[in-house]
Amino acid sequence: MASLRERALAWMHPRPQARAWALLAPGTGWLVVFFLVPILIMFAYSLMPRGIYGGVETGFTLEHYRRFFDPLYLDILRRTFVWSVACTVICLLLGFPVAYAVALGGKWKNLLLFLVVLPFWTSFLVRTFAMIFLLRDTGLINNWLLRLGLIENSITMLYTPFAVMSGLVYGFLPFMILPIYASLEKLDHSLLEAAEVLGARPAARFRRITLPLSMPGVVAGCLLVFIPALGSFLTADLLGGAKQMMIGNLVQNQFSAARNWPFGSAASFIVMALVLVAVMLYLRVKDRPTGEAA
Amino acid sequence: MVVSPSSTAGPVVQLCRVSKTFGDVKAVNDVSFEIRRGEFFSMLGPSGCGKTTTLRLLAGFEQPDEDGGEVRLLGEVVNKKRPYERKIAMVFQSYALFPHLTVHRNVAFGLEQRKTPKAQIGDRVYHALEMVRLDPDTFARRMPGQLSGGQRQRVALARALVLEPDILLLDEPLGAIDLKLRKEMQLELKALNQQLGTTFVYVTHDQEEALTMSDRIAVMDNARVAQLGTPAEIYENPRTAFVAKFIGESNFFGGTVERRNGKTWEVARTGGGRFLVPDHPALAEGKPVRIAVRPEWMDVWREDAVPPGENAVGGAIRDVIYLGETMHVIVTVPGSDDVTVAVRNEGQLIKPLPWKRGDVAAVAWLPEDCQILEEV
Amino acid sequence: MVARAPRWVLGVSLLVYAFLHLPILVLVVFSFNDSKFSVDWAGFTMDWYHRLLERPDILRGLKASLIVGGASTVISAVLGTMIALALARHRFRGRRAFEGFLYLPIVTPEIVVGISLLILFALVKIPLGLTTIIIAHVAFCLSFVVIVVLARLEGMDRTLEEAAMILGADEVTTFWKVTVPQLWPGILSGALLAFTMSFDDFVITSFVSGSGSSTLPIVVYGMVRRNVEPSINAISTIILLVTTGLIYLADRLAREK
Repeated sequence: MASLRERALAWMHPRPQARAWALLAPGTGWLVVFFLVPILIMFAYSLMPRGIYGGVETGFTLEHYRRFFDPLYLDILRRTFVWSVACTVICLLLGFPVAYAVALGGKWKNLLLFLVVLPFWTSFLVRTFAMIFLLRDTGLINNWLLRLGLIENSITMLYTPFAVMSGLVYGFLPFMILPIYASLEKLDHSLLEAAEVLGARPAARFRRITLPLSMPGVVAGCLLVFIPALGSFLTADLLGGAKQMMIGNLVQNQFSAARNWPFGSAASFIVMALVLVAVMLYLRVKDRPTGEAA
Repeated sequence: MVVSPSSTAGPVVQLCRVSKTFGDVKAVNDVSFEIRRGEFFSMLGPSGCGKTTTLRLLAGFEQPDEDGGEVRLLGEVVNKKRPYERKIAMVFQSYALFPHLTVHRNVAFGLEQRKTPKAQIGDRVYHALEMVRLDPDTFARRMPGQLSGGQRQRVALARALVLEPDILLLDEPLGAIDLKLRKEMQLELKALNQQLGTTFVYVTHDQEEALTMSDRIAVMDNARVAQLGTPAEIYENPRTAFVAKFIGESNFFGGTVERRNGKTWEVARTGGGRFLVPDHPALAEGKPVRIAVRPEWMDVWREDAVPPGENAVGGAIRDVIYLGETMHVIVTVPGSDDVTVAVRNEGQLIKPLPWKRGDVAAVAWLPEDCQILEEV
Repeated sequence: MVARAPRWVLGVSLLVYAFLHLPILVLVVFSFNDSKFSVDWAGFTMDWYHRLLERPDILRGLKASLIVGGASTVISAVLGTMIALALARHRFRGRRAFEGFLYLPIVTPEIVVGISLLILFALVKIPLGLTTIIIAHVAFCLSFVVIVVLARLEGMDRTLEEAAMILGADEVTTFWKVTVPQLWPGILSGALLAFTMSFDDFVITSFVSGSGSSTLPIVVYGMVRRNVEPSINAISTIILLVTTGLIYLADRLAREK
């Protein structure tokens, strides 16, 4: 007399596909319903005309996407893109030396790595507030500059592009350092020694060996910074104020004050599209064989 | 209590034309054999020959192909039975001790699954640990992580034997153990097999191990059984070139059968000369034949001093190698690969071999020492 | 054996480390500053921390964060582990596509996730509250749990499960008695990660929470916006310690053999 359990197991045994799908179903279902479907609805909304209260009416229109050719919005797109690129470049310039130093850290390696990762673990909101605390007119930096008599009046640092850029770099720097470190760590030192024996000077060794071999890490790091920067919202919001809008802020605005859900959806979809393009480019580049470096 | 392999009714394991395919590859190809109660049965072969897959088919971790034969345990067809439905125990190559359980809980695991009364478990675990020569008071509370490789293997054995199984499967259990301990454990395993009467099905790629411990060996090659027999049969009468090469060392000679001569046949050797082989059903006039001869059954003589009645092939000494217990004399022979002759070392300092490189000599052996190979 | 880094590299690194840590250190230090407005050091005090306890909005926010965190962690852990098991143990068609799908929530900007869910809830007329927050948090934490648990599963010794089965345990028993104990540090690590991400989340939560269901980050955001007193520093320090501690634990568990 087989129990329910025995019968269930006997049924499942010759059907591995059924077992797999039984396990996958709940989680996948959740993601489909609460992640995929909403995004699809959002995309649909972006193609529908705006209703009286800010929602949508039935119909089809491309006007929301067309609005992006308006200089005001093109400006926001441009700013978002430029800032994301700038942030990535700055993080690369600052992050590579750090990754290099940690990779050569010897016995300090673990500690140094821990110190890089630590800010990464803390709440983004808290870190952004820490920046505000430093940069505002009554903040620490101004306070000390005044005290030391270096300036007469507070320098306005908050609500400037400088503040937003600082916030972005501050937030994403660890994302750049870690992958580059991982790449450099795997670097075979005997390659450098061999190059040295063959007469290559430090700069040449770096350019011809270290840099190419750390490329996978560099590319990964750039992506890990660029993508979230594109979609970032909090930094520009708290550190930039109304004047320094990135596309994330535009989106948020449409769902609060401006009450234009379809337009917000279109903006949101554009961000999503930019991110996906960046990801696909990365996947292509990643799988391409590295010519000289190999 | 000694149970001889041939007593009691019926084989405990039967494989009838079993095949197992993975994708395009046939890992086990039409394999059939039987294992008798109490036997120490080994499956021997190089990696990829199918021995482990066959063992896993017995255990139930793999199922034979749809029309891939039958696996029977104790007379019952078990093709579709899950491992936990089969009354079989197993020792794994990596020991597979549960790291989060103590030695005691590990050994008791199977008993708990069978709902053995608590009162009995303690005693049986105790005896099982004693049987594998681990002091229960010292080891029962330890965690697997605290044990050495050899100790872990013993616990794995205890965990299997405590269930008093009819059949015990062993998947290269001594692979990761160092040489001296390995030899010790080989003897212990053999002793346990004889003492308990449990049928052991053992998988190994180490031919010496198989020869030492087994009652019978199935030599496997390329998903098939190349030869099945006792260690003596396998070693002294290999049926194919593969078996002759895999077990011990062999010298090979090819030729064409010329004619019958009473109880022997004359064969013309490729490369010149003749040799006699004993009567064998596969022999017929004009047929090509291949024989193998073990190095230790050969001797090196001066060409004119070969004893009468022995087969001989002339050549030149290429090398003399010192191996301690034996000396290997390598002789280059026209028409064949170099011949290796194994001679007992009677002490090179007091009674050295008279051979050195370049000497002209003949290798000789008795006709009955020819192993006629079924595949050419 | 190790080459020396040039001095300017070390210099830059030092500056970067300072850049990464000073703001937080300053934040923490000034949470003990006995002065309401000034950034001059006026003495040590635990006042701001005490004041936190008197603020009903902070306490409500904390309670909401804990409820949401707890629920979304448990759900993510269960669903995520199931997916990881399916991925690790079975080959099925469309697996590559599925893995791609699983990574989507990780790359998708939070703003997109947030508003798309807002749209969904509005469309289906589900009132915004703790439930909608929990739904949203599970949606973005799930993939992370899968990654952590999958990594652990792939490093697991499969023969342990075979050994259990040959000793008489069926698939279900083997799962609970052998697989889960082995997997447990990985599951716990994934759960802690999920909890931390849920606890910290602001952007997504801000869109799917109603007026009465503010989590702690939402409360803190409000305080930052209004530039209120050093209590912000105090609550920030606490959040800092809690989340850092949890992630540290999660990291240790993930490494455990």
